[in-house]
Amino acid sequence: MGQAVLIARGLTKDYIMGEVVVHALAAVDLDIYAAEFVVLLGPSGSGKSTLLNILGGLDTPTRGSACWRDHDLSRANESELTRYRRDHVGFVFQFYNLIPSLTVLENVALVTEIARNPMPPEEALKWVGLSARLDHFPAQLSGGEQQRVAIARAIVKRPELLLCDEPTGALDHETGRLVLEAIARVNAELGTTTVVITHNAVIGRMADRVLYLMDGRIHRVERNSTRAKPVELSW
Amino acid sequence: MSMLHRKLYRDLWSMKGQVLTIGLVIASATGGFIGSLGTFHALQQARAAFYGHYRFANIFVEVKRAPQSLLQQAARISGVVDLEANVVASSQLLLPGVPEPLIARLVGVRTGVGPRLNRLHIRRGRMIESGAVLETLVDEGFASARHLGPGDDVTVLLNGNRQRLRIVGIGLSPEYINPSIGGAFPDPKGFGVFWIDEERLADSFDLKDAFNHLSVIAAPLASEPQLLNELDALLHPYGGRGAYGRRDQTSDRIVSQEMNQQRVLGTVMPSLFVWVAAFLLNVVLGRQIATQREQIAALKALGYGNGAIVRYYLEFVAIVVACGVGVGIAIGAWFGSYMTGLYTEFFHFPAVPFRIEPELVGIAAGVCTGAGFGGALFAIYKVVKLSPAQAMHPPAPPRYRRSLIERFGKVRWIPTAARMILRNLERRPLRSGLAAVGVGAAVALIIAGTFWWDAINYMIDVQFNAADRSDAVITFIEPRSRTVGFDIGRLPGVIRSEPYRAVAVKLQSAQHLYRTALIGLGAQSRLHRMLDVHQKALDMPKEGLMLSDRLAERLGVYPGDSVQIEMLEGARVHRDVRVAGVVHDLFSMMGYMDIRALNRLMGEADSISAVNIRLDRTHQNELFARIKAIPAVATVSIKENSLASFRETSARNVLVFTSIFTLFAATIAVGVVYNSARVSLAERAWELASLRVLGFSRGEVSTFLLGELAIEVSMGIIAGLWLGGRLAALLADMMHSETFRIPIVIAPRTYVIAVLTTLASGAMSALIVRQRIDRLDLVGVLKMRE
Repeated sequence: MGQAVLIARGLTKDYIMGEVVVHALAAVDLDIYAAEFVVLLGPSGSGKSTLLNILGGLDTPTRGSACWRDHDLSRANESELTRYRRDHVGFVFQFYNLIPSLTVLENVALVTEIARNPMPPEEALKWVGLSARLDHFPAQLSGGEQQRVAIARAIVKRPELLLCDEPTGALDHETGRLVLEAIARVNAELGTTTVVITHNAVIGRMADRVLYLMDGRIHRVERNSTRAKPVELSW
Repeated sequence: MSMLHRKLYRDLWSMKGQVLTIGLVIASATGGFIGSLGTFHALQQARAAFYGHYRFANIFVEVKRAPQSLLQQAARISGVVDLEANVVASSQLLLPGVPEPLIARLVGVRTGVGPRLNRLHIRRGRMIESGAVLETLVDEGFASARHLGPGDDVTVLLNGNRQRLRIVGIGLSPEYINPSIGGAFPDPKGFGVFWIDEERLADSFDLKDAFNHLSVIAAPLASEPQLLNELDALLHPYGGRGAYGRRDQTSDRIVSQEMNQQRVLGTVMPSLFVWVAAFLLNVVLGRQIATQREQIAALKALGYGNGAIVRYYLEFVAIVVACGVGVGIAIGAWFGSYMTGLYTEFFHFPAVPFRIEPELVGIAAGVCTGAGFGGALFAIYKVVKLSPAQAMHPPAPPRYRRSLIERFGKVRWIPTAARMILRNLERRPLRSGLAAVGVGAAVALIIAGTFWWDAINYMIDVQFNAADRSDAVITFIEPRSRTVGFDIGRLPGVIRSEPYRAVAVKLQSAQHLYRTALIGLGAQSRLHRMLDVHQKALDMPKEGLMLSDRLAERLGVYPGDSVQIEMLEGARVHRDVRVAGVVHDLFSMMGYMDIRALNRLMGEADSISAVNIRLDRTHQNELFARIKAIPAVATVSIKENSLASFRETSARNVLVFTSIFTLFAATIAVGVVYNSARVSLAERAWELASLRVLGFSRGEVSTFLLGELAIEVSMGIIAGLWLGGRLAALLADMMHSETFRIPIVIAPRTYVIAVLTTLASGAMSALIVRQRIDRLDLVGVLKMRE
């Protein structure tokens, strides 16, 4: 096993909802290793999104620490977090979040304008098998194609960490599998540390490690001795 | 309270930024409308009441000397309802500690009772009585400018003899609302009206049992030209200078001019404002409601009928409009009282009854409500015609295409952010256009409101620097020989002196008749120059008549045509004279001739009636002291003082008015820009938050949205600069009066003010929106569909 790149200790997140305090994360300890493929599984409200948000630099913990290599994310200010997301993290969202006014190529190129060492946008799109549709606008693409554009957009900056939030949540089975193949390829061939959130337990078979979250804690950890290929998955 | 009402109040609260800015636009428009129109109505009523209650005459005649017995004949002229004769004279006025010569208009009135026509309103003190001390009432403008009151004494030269007058009261007269010498700018510091015992005044000027001024009230349906002719025929043998109506009466002419100015500024501008506000309300409220599409659909899904939803949003609009109008009434009350206060000081009416007029409030509220309802209904209609299930889905993903400029070819150099901005603008051209139109309207209104200042400055510059280059004018009681002019030229402090002859004349060409002055200037006149449209000095022809351009227009004559001149002084000669050329005159409509030609026409040797002089300031007081001792001198008017007084009064009123309107226009700019940005933000929060998650900083993300805003504002400013010029021209054209033409001169400064005000409003809105962008919910966006 490689070196731990993401280290969380006693990671706690409380939300104050009116007069009630909701413990979204309760003292989570977690190490994620370089090039590892981790799947976070759990029901709604289990804390998996909160964990992903903190690891992605979108939110800060109430207590405890979360570090990306030597960056302490729990103490970072707004602009340091922006810097972290920009330099190290690629995001893939459930609803793709493409910019409707930009073409496929431009959506990907947009990120290269602020990245330090991006690959050519065309190359990222080739990776996800979309070289033929560079000049289309998002409204002209299917859901699966849009999600693959989103993956290309996430990997074009050669991120060290790829965070995917329900990447197949809005897709049918067939298209979902194509998207998962793209993610698996990125992880395997680019060595990008990958964390995927899902409701779908089957996807866990693709991972090195599956973390089951429940009530803001890591309830169970499973290691797969062999990782399944997306084509082998069915749900 | 129903749940829907609870939602209504919470929605109002949560949209407080938008509600506040829209409310302010309504408040400004309403306030400007009711304050300004109310002021104008108050002035109209004040003038009508003053003229009516104080029996302001409608025909006036000045004569050299007519016997009182003539009055019975005059009264028998058909159409004459009432008439009154008196003695009026101008004289020098001496105040302790004031070196410059002042001018007094002495008006004879009966002691104890005052005049029957052109009656006096006594603001303070009492009517004059006869006694050992010669008592006087003084006009309010002069009294307040010179801090005079009952108990103070002044000295006048009665036909060359010093006479002390005791002030017993401050008076107002419909005949001297804006006292002015010969129609020039009113100068309350240098010119005062004094009402004194008519018998004493008549004695001093050798007018016992005679009069030199006649006021007539004509029957409402009497023909004025016919009356004027009959009066002229009657008074001609006694040195009548031609009867004239109110239109040619100095005070009424100035008052009408000012009121005309107020009518245009005070009715056209605020009406435009209300329409612009209504337009914005329509667009902005429509867009705001369109962003609530899903809520409307949810309400429908819950079982609320279209009627309830429509009622809900109309209530929303009604509350916003009601708050705006409520604040607008307060603003209008303040604005109106303030403006009437300024005008009361300026016009000296006994009372200017400003009130909030319910009809005006009704119009403003009605227009705003109608526009708001229209916008709201249109937006709601678009949602409720969908099935609830369809409406609850977000609208179909927007379809974009490459922007126009990109379609010309591969344009790699355009940054991605710029592409996004261009495509967004192009996808909704109508919306971008409307936002730009709103901004443009604000810019145009600022320009149209501010350009008066430039026009006035230009007029002053042309009139007082290019045309009239004298420092003072000395007029004589009677026309004098040319040698008197030479004597004036030798006085200490006089650098240059140029005598001229002014004669009251009637000019006639075909059916067109105009009463004015004919000025005889020396061939080498430098202090009074005739200019062409390019402000180049024209030479005085040896023969023939030069006419002010608008007078030539009025008489329908061109150079080469001939005009009939009737001299209203002396032997009252009639002559046909050829028009030699036209003079570009901004302020006056007069005729000019070579002084010798005029003297010949009059059958005079070489008489002059006044001298223009250029002063050496260091010897000014010495000169003034010498002039005060010359009995032949009737008045001395100092240009600088009348100019200063003009700037303090008339110009100040315009300035205050336009400043307030600039402020109102700025609220329009804020209303447009802020709401446009908020709606764009509401529609694109999701996209912008996604960009933030991808690693774009707050500043970079702001560029995407605010860049769009900046383009809309820029387009609006460009359109507004053009529109402002058109609007200014339109207003100037509407204000065009017979004696006065507003040149359309817009200084760069005015454009700069308009642009900066709009940019500042835009920047302020952008800043507020920027704070919202900073607070975008990055976590929520991952879980939400657009």
